[in-house]
Amino acid sequence: MRAFTYERAADAQAAVKAAAETPNAKFIAGGTNLLDLMKLEIEHPAHLIDVARLPLAAIEETPEGGLRIGAMATNSHVAADARVRARYPVLTQAIVAGGSGQLRNKATTGGNLLQRTRCAYFYDTTKPCNKRAPGSGCGALEGLNRNSAIFGASHACIATHPSDMAVALVALDATVETLSPSGAARSFPLMELHRLPGETPDIETHLVPGELITAVVLPPAPEGGQMYRKVRDRASYAAGLASVAVAGGRIALGAVAHKPWRAADAEAALASGASADEAIGRELEGAGENGRNGFKINLVRRLVPAALAEAREQGRGA
Amino acid sequence: MSSVIDWESTSNPVKENRAGNIGKAVDRYEGPLKVTGTAPYAYEVEPPSPPAYGVMVSAPIARGRITAVDTAAAEAAPGVMLVWTYMNAPAQGPRPERYDFFTPSPRPALESDRVYYFGQQVAVVVADTLENAQAAATLVKLSYQDDAAKAVTFHDHFDEGVQPPGESDVEIGDFEKAFAAAPVTVDDVWRTPLQNHCQMEPCATTAWWDGDQLTVHTSVQMVRFAQNSLAETLMLPHKSVRLLTRYVGGGFGGKGSFYEDLVLASLAARELGRPVKVAFTRQQMMHGTVHRPATDVRVRLGATPDGRLTAMSLMTTTHCDRRGNFTEHASNFARSLYAAPNRLTGHRLVRLDLPVASAMRAPGEASGTLSLEVAMDELAEKLGIDPVELRILNEPESDPETGKPFSIRQLVRCMREGAQLFGWDRRLPTPGQVRDGRWLVGMGMAAAIRGNFLLPAKASFTVDADGVITVKQGMTDIGTGTYTVLAQIAAETLGVPLGDVRVEIGDSELPPAPGSGGQFGAATAGSAALDAGMNLRKAIAEIAVNDPASPLSGGDAAQVTFQDGVIAIANRSERLSELIRRNRPDGLTADGEVRPAADASKWSSHTYGAHYVEVGVDTITGEVRTRRMLGVFAAGRILNWKTARSQLTGGMIWGVASALTEGNAVDPRYGSLINQDLASYLVPVQADIGELDAIMLDEVDDKANPMGIKGVGELGISGAGAAVANAIYNACGVRVRDYPITPDKLLAALTAI
Repeated sequence: MRAFTYERAADAQAAVKAAAETPNAKFIAGGTNLLDLMKLEIEHPAHLIDVARLPLAAIEETPEGGLRIGAMATNSHVAADARVRARYPVLTQAIVAGGSGQLRNKATTGGNLLQRTRCAYFYDTTKPCNKRAPGSGCGALEGLNRNSAIFGASHACIATHPSDMAVALVALDATVETLSPSGAARSFPLMELHRLPGETPDIETHLVPGELITAVVLPPAPEGGQMYRKVRDRASYAAGLASVAVAGGRIALGAVAHKPWRAADAEAALASGASADEAIGRELEGAGENGRNGFKINLVRRLVPAALAEAREQGRGA
Repeated sequence: MSSVIDWESTSNPVKENRAGNIGKAVDRYEGPLKVTGTAPYAYEVEPPSPPAYGVMVSAPIARGRITAVDTAAAEAAPGVMLVWTYMNAPAQGPRPERYDFFTPSPRPALESDRVYYFGQQVAVVVADTLENAQAAATLVKLSYQDDAAKAVTFHDHFDEGVQPPGESDVEIGDFEKAFAAAPVTVDDVWRTPLQNHCQMEPCATTAWWDGDQLTVHTSVQMVRFAQNSLAETLMLPHKSVRLLTRYVGGGFGGKGSFYEDLVLASLAARELGRPVKVAFTRQQMMHGTVHRPATDVRVRLGATPDGRLTAMSLMTTTHCDRRGNFTEHASNFARSLYAAPNRLTGHRLVRLDLPVASAMRAPGEASGTLSLEVAMDELAEKLGIDPVELRILNEPESDPETGKPFSIRQLVRCMREGAQLFGWDRRLPTPGQVRDGRWLVGMGMAAAIRGNFLLPAKASFTVDADGVITVKQGMTDIGTGTYTVLAQIAAETLGVPLGDVRVEIGDSELPPAPGSGGQFGAATAGSAALDAGMNLRKAIAEIAVNDPASPLSGGDAAQVTFQDGVIAIANRSERLSELIRRNRPDGLTADGEVRPAADASKWSSHTYGAHYVEVGVDTITGEVRTRRMLGVFAAGRILNWKTARSQLTGGMIWGVASALTEGNAVDPRYGSLINQDLASYLVPVQADIGELDAIMLDEVDDKANPMGIKGVGELGISGAGAAVANAIYNACGVRVRDYPITPDKLLAALTAI
């Protein structure tokens, strides 16, 4: 870790202003990912703007019948919220499938969305990684890439996005609210927050530098059942091998792409009467393997119909 | 020198256990300090003056040379006091050609421009704060010539396997002929990956000098070995080094030796004239210390249709580093486990440009049982014989290789009692028959075996004027319960309450003991402690009968009893503290020791056990979760039910890890381990382990040592993973012989079903 300066932002406007004015500044909230990355010499911000204490932790009803989740609401707080549990159980299931209790107590909603990949080559500064050191190559491409992407990967990067929460939020068709460095607020679908790696895997979102996520807004809960299923090597505190969130007719996949992967082709197939097996088969037509991750295609093929069936079962019960 | 007969025929307070301290589930002596965070581990020890902090820099190549060194920026960084590479590190004792476990020898740090493995320490930066040292360490610029390492797809170099130095294959009868003739056979290869110890406490040292005298607090398993080796590294007399290791946050074999933190903290503290702390990071632990090497074990079993083994062979190929001589003896345990007239066991060793291989919990058994104990399951299925019964059919009457009598062997009882308690009779022999929702459920079992050892050790006991007994021994407690069992032995031997015992260990100034390892710790340290206690009893009794002021005066010293802090001959008694206050106000000390009996090698002495496991296999995802696990063990007299059980269940959990999750993947392009932290090197978490219990049979092994105890530290892992693998097969009909059995491997087979 290297020396850095630190400030605690007085309010959100001050935070984005400081970010705009300070070179190589980063926001820090729970710090559960950023501090690790700094200690490992993967991130070296010169300045940290602490936004954890901004009054953005509330979970409130929206006039449309949804929920607005403040960006600083901790993962534990969101997962335990009675309204979330009752109306958006897929979100609670996804959050508690991620990290550990200790991490979820610190990690925030905004920070969770912006956490970085768990790719081992990203984490090891002695290895090439275009995401960490643009232009150095991809160590994972020819390496031990069992947990790499099967959708949307590029020759520059085959890393996956590690969030569980984000997968559920994509299935719930959530919206992100932000504050731009200019001080202007904007909102856009969460599905459009993350980018595919392309040639620039170091650029992971469509946020502009210094833009601060202030809230995630859930529309009213969809009709039908909800379900999150995560497959992992051990029962807790493990990155997913693949995960699926089902919310009504929407399906999102985790640990299979550089972003939470909306299975739009599968959704469309289902909507036009295809079976679950056919629908996921349609989605997987776009999947590709890299060496050791081919099992994920098989895994998703088995996982999604099972989760759809369970969600349907739950929907009936509700 | 004593003989086993002396041990068997002589009674002692531990055997008599009148106060009942032995075997009791006594809480950890140091438990309150540990759970309140007030037990100072090596890095947390407060030195006499403010320390400086060292941070090590590790090599990013697996084999080659350092071609250029630029430390100017690091030296100019804030707070930096010293930057060392091989160019300017102080002279140290020469590295011997090969190390061995028990002979102290120099372990120089930063000794040359050569890089022998990825992650080797190549520089150290010492600064006024840890943060400054960390920041400056990033500024050390080293250039390398990368000599394209023979690193390191283990399996690509199989043909280069050679007989380990000084070893030969062991053959009894004519294995090949018997195997060829056997009507029923199993012939398969099992693979285990590199594994890392992942101790909670990384290796760390706090060092300071007082003139020519060095004091180090570090985290090691063997006090005297580390003290002497460090002294030889620093080219000092042994007595110039005082080494302390009072609390050790896990060792598991990985702290049997020591590493650059100890050497560099000592050297830098001397150079700077102030205390220095150096610690490994979690990432540095993975490469920079030692690991359990990968193995390929080919098992061949030949049997008669009625289930008698006629031929048995385990041939292991494994690897070590270029300069090492460690062999993972994964075949050896089989030499004592089952009867078979024709037997062949041996090892082949490949030297690779990988980090240093060494001992990890139950070296040999932990890897080897993952093959043989699954092969026995496969054989049982082919024969249509229950796996428990197959093992019982092949139970030897004496050691099957040496013909020596067993000191005691209750393997069959372990298996039978385990089967009954676990409900083994409910297991359906045909796989895939039991469904629970999306899960297929199955049961598996395996036998456990681990050798028993006794090494020389000393101890001293002191009684003070308050009647408090202080045990002193250069022993370690690596989380096993050493403090606690020594206190129990002292309380029982001197007849004082447990609360009146103090235990001082982990200090090279105390009477030497070999330390913790090979599950010899409790037997070795405890037997020396018992001897010291017996000698102190004799000394106290002599004083009492010769003290005219004592009610015991004029009595027979041999008749003095010790109970509840009172010494007595029949109804004449006084408090121990009163006697000592009158006669030895400054305290009375007695020494003791133990040596292996002259005739101990006439017996085949092991610990045994049986594992029973029930797992669920998710038919959709290939995920495996253990549901129930029971181990039944026979390991001599148990000193402390609680700490022994904790060691056994800890071993069993590790066995689950070795079957399901654990392993360091090697990227052969870099000679580097890819998972370098505890988020990616997966050991079980609470949620992975369902019901879990370990039961210890009543047993006394009077031929093992004066107390009739044996070790349990390594027994629990032996066979545990094999039972999990067998349960997976029983659940879903899939055998994966390439550990760990992860969902991707199972899924391929499940899809095919």
